[in-house]
Amino acid sequence: MKLSEIKSKLDLVSRCGEDYLEQEITGGYCGDLLSDVMANSKQGNVWITIQVHLNIVAVATLKELTAIILVNGRKPNEDTLKKAIEENIPILTSKLSAFELSGKLYALGIGNI
Amino acid sequence: MNKSFTQTFTVSGNNFSDAGKISTEIKMILKQLGINSDIVRRVAIASYESEMNVVMYACKAKIVLDVDPEVIKIIVEDEGPGIPDIELTMKEGYSTATPEMRELGFGAGMGLPNIKKNSDEFTIKSDVGKGTRLEIIVYIN
Ligand SMILES: Nc1ncnc2c1ncn2[C@@H]1O[C@H](COP(=O)(O)OP(=O)(O)O)[C@@H](O)[C@H]1O
Ligand SMILES: [Mg+2]
Repeated sequence: MKLSEIKSKLDLVSRCGEDYLEQEITGGYCGDLLSDVMANSKQGNVWITIQVHLNIVAVATLKELTAIILVNGRKPNEDTLKKAIEENIPILTSKLSAFELSGKLYALGIGNI
Repeated sequence: MNKSFTQTFTVSGNNFSDAGKISTEIKMILKQLGINSDIVRRVAIASYESEMNVVMYACKAKIVLDVDPEVIKIIVEDEGPGIPDIELTMKEGYSTATPEMRELGFGAGMGLPNIKKNSDEFTIKSDVGKGTRLEIIVYIN
C-alpha cells in the first residue's frame, strides 16, 4: 500500500515530504528508543514514534524508512522539519496513540514481516 | 573490481544537531562504491552508534573509513573520558546517558552491543582520561 493511501484512510496530517507520498510501504516499526529503531526497523517501513527532535531524521535516512509518523498529536520541531525536507523524509502526524495507529495499520493489511 | 577508498572525518562531542551526518556520508560512499546493500546497512548501524557515542560521551573524534576489495574498516578514535570497565559497557542495557538524553530516546544501552553484532571483527580499547578507540571490520564477501 502507498503512503498516500494510508494518509487519507487514517486521517494523517502531512507536515513535509508531500512529493514522496507515492512510495510503497513494506511494514512498520514502532519505538521511541533510537538504537532500537536503528537495529530493528526495516527498509521501507513507516516509523511510529513520539520523538519529535531532529535526530529522528538521521535514523530514518540511514535505515531508508518511508516516513515518520508522530503520534499522540505531537508535532515535529522546527529544525526537525528543516532536516526532513533536506533529506526527503515525509513526516506525518496523527492524534491517535502508537497502539491505536498500529492497530489500524494492521487492519489495513500492513503488518511487519 | 577495484574498490579501494580512504577518507577521514571529524566529529565533535555534544553536537547533537549534526549527529548522524558522518554515518550518512559513509553510507553514501559505500553505495557509490557499489557495495551490497545488506553490508551497507550493517556498516550504517555500526557507524551511527559509534558516531552517537562520540556525540554523547566524548570531546571529539577522528573517524577513518578504509575500504579495500575485501573489507570495510572503520576506526573511531576519540579524545574523551575513556571507559573504565569495557566488559560492563558491552552489556546490553548498560548506559550512563543523562536523563535529558534518555528523554530524547538515547541511552538504550544497545549501541556497543549492536556495533559488535554488525561487525565481523570488533575491537575496543580505552585509556581512562584520554579516550577510546574502536575498530570495526565488515567483510565485503
Ligand atoms: N566513546 C565513549 N567514550 C566514553 N564512554 C563511552 C563511549 N562509548 C560508550 N561509552 C560508555 O558505554 C556505555 C554504553 O554505550 P552504548 O552501548 O552505546 O549505550 P548508550 O550509548 O545507549 O548508553 C555508555 O553509556 C557510556 O557510559
Ligand atoms: Mg551509544
